Amino acid sequence: MAIIEVNGLRKAYGGRPVVDGISFAVEEGEIFGLLGPNGAGKTTTVECVEGLRTPDAGSVRVAGLDPVADHRRVTGLLGAQLQESELQAALTVREALELYHGCYPRPADWRPLAERLGLTAHLDTRFGKLSGGRRQRLFIALALIGGPRVVVLDELTTGLDPRARRDTWELIEDVRDSGVTVLLVTHFMAEAQRLCDRVALLGAGRVVALDTPAGLIGRSAGATVISFVPSRPLDDRELAGLPGLTAVGQQDGRVVVTGTDETADATVSLLARHGITARHLRITDATLDDAFLDLTAREA
Amino acid sequence: MTAATPTTPASPATPGGAPGPVGRPAAAWRAVLRAEARLFRREPLALFWIVLFPALLVTILGLVPAFRQPQAELGGRRVIDLYVPVAVLLALILSGLQAMPPVLAGYRERGILRRMSTTPVRPGALLAAQILLHGAAALGSAALSLTVGRLAFGVALPRQAPGYLLALLLAALAALGAGAGVAALSRTTKIASAAAGAVTFPMMFGAGVWIPVQAMPDLLRSIVSGTPFGAGAQALGQAAAGDWPSWSHLGVMALWAVVLTGTASRWFRWA
Repeated sequence: MAIIEVNGLRKAYGGRPVVDGISFAVEEGEIFGLLGPNGAGKTTTVECVEGLRTPDAGSVRVAGLDPVADHRRVTGLLGAQLQESELQAALTVREALELYHGCYPRPADWRPLAERLGLTAHLDTRFGKLSGGRRQRLFIALALIGGPRVVVLDELTTGLDPRARRDTWELIEDVRDSGVTVLLVTHFMAEAQRLCDRVALLGAGRVVALDTPAGLIGRSAGATVISFVPSRPLDDRELAGLPGLTAVGQQDGRVVVTGTDETADATVSLLARHGITARHLRITDATLDDAFLDLTAREA
Repeated sequence: MTAATPTTPASPATPGGAPGPVGRPAAAWRAVLRAEARLFRREPLALFWIVLFPALLVTILGLVPAFRQPQAELGGRRVIDLYVPVAVLLALILSGLQAMPPVLAGYRERGILRRMSTTPVRPGALLAAQILLHGAAALGSAALSLTVGRLAFGVALPRQAPGYLLALLLAALAALGAGAGVAALSRTTKIASAAAGAVTFPMMFGAGVWIPVQAMPDLLRSIVSGTPFGAGAQALGQAAAGDWPSWSHLGVMALWAVVLTGTASRWFRWA
């Protein structure tokens, strides 16, 4: 049962379409990622889900409700962390947590949430004096404070140091494991790869691809890269015949072969047949980064 | 660890299309009021202008010896007798038009309203909290001006107290309504300050800050009577003198209060 349904969503600003017919459905209890370059329409799409913007065309449903027409009911079950927002500068962390706690019909206890996000030592610090990373953690806490069924996180770990980022990822996984659905907007491939059950890749206001992170990586060209220093020179023509090959070249004295898993196997057996030893052999799987660049480039 | 993870509020027996909880408007309003009250107390400069400045003005004017002499052209009253009611109206203007609009416009400009709009709280709750706080400060300031006038300069307290209080409340609602309207229609703090300034000066003139309304020529006074503060100044003057304020003045203020507050709540938007 999909808890978020987006169908044929369109939104234009000043005649320029930003979201141009986006459809996807998020199942209850999954972490669903929206990925894409700047200007792909990610934030506008989630703003329509949050009811902050009214779609020009198409429909958005959260738990079967229209986020604009039924704003109060939707806001009661959806927690949001916005890409850009502020709180009153003179409000302390504790007061902000209490304020937002009071805004919801069935809120979660804010103390363990603050503890989990490392805010306990800063409860009496005013928002205006918080560092960027702590502000971000406070906003994550505020997104979760209403005890939501759905959380929408736009640029979750922007401004966080690597440690805080990993802690936050763990928190989001726990949130998902407690049955909450997560819609995640991100630029950060490692984040999508680590967290997302499924990812919609957006480009120029459309869904370019929608799959699991592993599926997206497999779909892109140049999935596997094999590089090595051969013990004696190797005929390029031999390499050119490898199955699944997408590219072959030299880089700093290393032979670099790009292709699929099959290419990797064939390269190893080719070297064995010729009695060539591959020194410093490295086989790397392509990352979501590569898939992202490849799939968005094809679209452009 | 798991204690920190939020619980799913909706029961699993009501999947998908089940409506979400409608919320606890009263509790949400209290939470907003509490937070805004704390923030309000942390703005000493705004509090100075609203609460202390009008009483300070009364003190300074009262220290001028000539202003403590009865004047034949004022019907035997002293200038200070006329300026205490002016200070009372000034408190309402400073609170409603100078202090409140920039706060709300700043909230909009910095995305504070936008963040709050993703919760079940309605914009009206925040607007009402601001009106209540600024209204309370304005009334406190009015009481302080009356007290200073009475104790330091022997200015008589209003003789028709219920009528005075009614006129004061209506004038406060008109001032706060005007401020809320400005805040509702201004996208940025700059626009709000400029618009509030443009409204403030006619209001102050109407209140008699430069020429007491009672001392104005007839034609000017009848024009000014149509403004909330022109009507307010005269209603307060009547009540101070011991008469029930005339219904036309009370009606003018009530009409302004309703129209302005209505405009504000109709047009006040989160983002």
